[in-house]
Amino acid sequence: MSTAEHAETNRRDFLYIATGSVAAVGAALAVWPFINQMNPDASVLALASVEVDLAPIAEGQEITIKWRGNPVFVRHRLPAEIEAANKVALSDLKDPLARNANLSDGDPATDANRVVGGKEQYLVMMGVCTHLGCVPIGNEGEYAVVEGNVRHGGWFCPCHGSNYDTAGRIRKGPAPENLHIPQYAYLSDSKIRIG
Amino acid sequence: MSGHASNYQPKSAFAKWFHERLPIMDMVQGQALDFPTPKNLNYFWTFGGILAVMLVIQIITGVVLVMHYTPHVDMAFNSVEHIMRDVNSGWLLRYMHANGASMFFIAVYIHMFRGMYYGSYKAPREVLWMIGVLIYLVMMATAFMGYVLPWGQMSFWGAKVITNLFSAIPFFGESITTLLWGGYSVDNPTLNRFFSLHFLLPFVIAGLVILHIWALHVVGNNNPTGVSVKGPQDTVPFSPYYTVKDAFAIVIFLMFFALWVFFAPNYLGHAVNYQEANPLVTPAHIVPEWYFLPFYAILRAIPDKLGGVIAMFASILILFVLPWLDTSKVRSGNYRPIFRQFFWLFAINCVILGFAGSGAPDSYFMSHEAAPPDQWALTYKLVGQIATAYYFAHFLVILPLLGLLETPKPLPASISDAVLAESHPSAAAVPAE
Repeated sequence: MSTAEHAETNRRDFLYIATGSVAAVGAALAVWPFINQMNPDASVLALASVEVDLAPIAEGQEITIKWRGNPVFVRHRLPAEIEAANKVALSDLKDPLARNANLSDGDPATDANRVVGGKEQYLVMMGVCTHLGCVPIGNEGEYAVVEGNVRHGGWFCPCHGSNYDTAGRIRKGPAPENLHIPQYAYLSDSKIRIG
Repeated sequence: MSGHASNYQPKSAFAKWFHERLPIMDMVQGQALDFPTPKNLNYFWTFGGILAVMLVIQIITGVVLVMHYTPHVDMAFNSVEHIMRDVNSGWLLRYMHANGASMFFIAVYIHMFRGMYYGSYKAPREVLWMIGVLIYLVMMATAFMGYVLPWGQMSFWGAKVITNLFSAIPFFGESITTLLWGGYSVDNPTLNRFFSLHFLLPFVIAGLVILHIWALHVVGNNNPTGVSVKGPQDTVPFSPYYTVKDAFAIVIFLMFFALWVFFAPNYLGHAVNYQEANPLVTPAHIVPEWYFLPFYAILRAIPDKLGGVIAMFASILILFVLPWLDTSKVRSGNYRPIFRQFFWLFAINCVILGFAGSGAPDSYFMSHEAAPPDQWALTYKLVGQIATAYYFAHFLVILPLLGLLETPKPLPASISDAVLAESHPSAAAVPAE
């Protein structure tokens, strides 16, 4: 090999770089299954939906059901709770978006957009604080409807002090978003399917 | 010092044969037995050895606990109770492992504060210090995942809150938490992977410890004067001087460890973790283990979710750049009268942060009474905010400025000088040989 050949790019340099590139791409592709195995598996994905009968839930009562490992709040709201939620101006909300999986992403967080039309009394939402995932406590917090010493509606997260109003919208505290509303549909007048 | 030639001479024919094939005894003699060590190290320098012992204890107790534990959401909690009630000496092994984690953190915090006081992170020990910070990070991850395994209420909700921190990351947050959980919530896949990683990471720590000791043996020990070793008169061989001193400290530390294990095994834990995990109910008051409380206080101090997460990670990562934030050339706090006061303020501030992380955010500090909203009150949250501000000010304002403004005390000419001045004050006047 002459010194001139050493000085500039030659066939051998090309082969080194080409081989190295193929090895790097191959290694990167081989890593993917090791990362992707951590994503939800088929058995987790199969736990897709759950049906809930609304008839036994009395006015002012709230039940918690488990869906995909998380709590879902189903609350039969009092007229006063709906009224309180309707009175709030959108400009007073920390998160102006509805966070309703049944509507489009940009819809505003009016009370009507948090429920299904004609079924305003039933509020269905994830019981997962949008801050760090704790379960908020019902009939608590600064945005509940207060009658004497009884509180109706409103949620308070015990972990870091987030307050949600009677439509499950974040009003105070570190949580960035309103409580999320899962995809659900009415199967009959008093039955819903979540998921 | 890395080039220090050992005095190893193979004594038998077999030793000579072996030495020519694997000179490990040579390394043991040179790096562990004869290693020249400053002769003035105090007891704060024994915590490295104590930490090595704690790592071994955690690995041994952990490996035997795994022989009786079942990593499944339906059986994990009961298998831990099975260890406590049925397995021979199971209660002892579990209490050693659980309290061992706390002892590990006590020792690592003393070790770190010692490094900060005596300037052990300064040139040429920056890489040694940074490997130490890395070990601390892996330790935190290991401790966190280990705490999830008993699958009690605090295990579950601690796991949920900490993994949810990642959901604060813009755009990818949700996908990252789903990936971490292997589902839509903390569940069986999460428990299984935490178990796997909790078993792996201690061995990663062991590997990092080897690098930490290697880096230490390249640059040599710092010492209480912070003055570099000038020659053989400043050092003694590691063995027997420091093997014995370390062994004595280890025995005292193990006695302290035993006090917890036998007389207050649950004091450092939370009673609510003896309730099985319930994904539908969050305990009224969730807090991390004591060793994470200062960082938890920093997380809660920032009212914004992403901001809180960034501040919390920054509070640990800032330690990586500490060698460049401290502008003073003088290592030891003994010769920096103003730094010394700020060091203790910083230490007290860390303890205050710990208390600030322990209570409900809107209660009066050091009380269970809720403060009235919309009114000024000294709450856990407010104390946490003030202490968080001071924490960062210490690194970003006080340390850089002190190095420029402070006039340090005169340094001794050598370690020997300092040692002699202490025992015979008049001898300091005699010129060193």
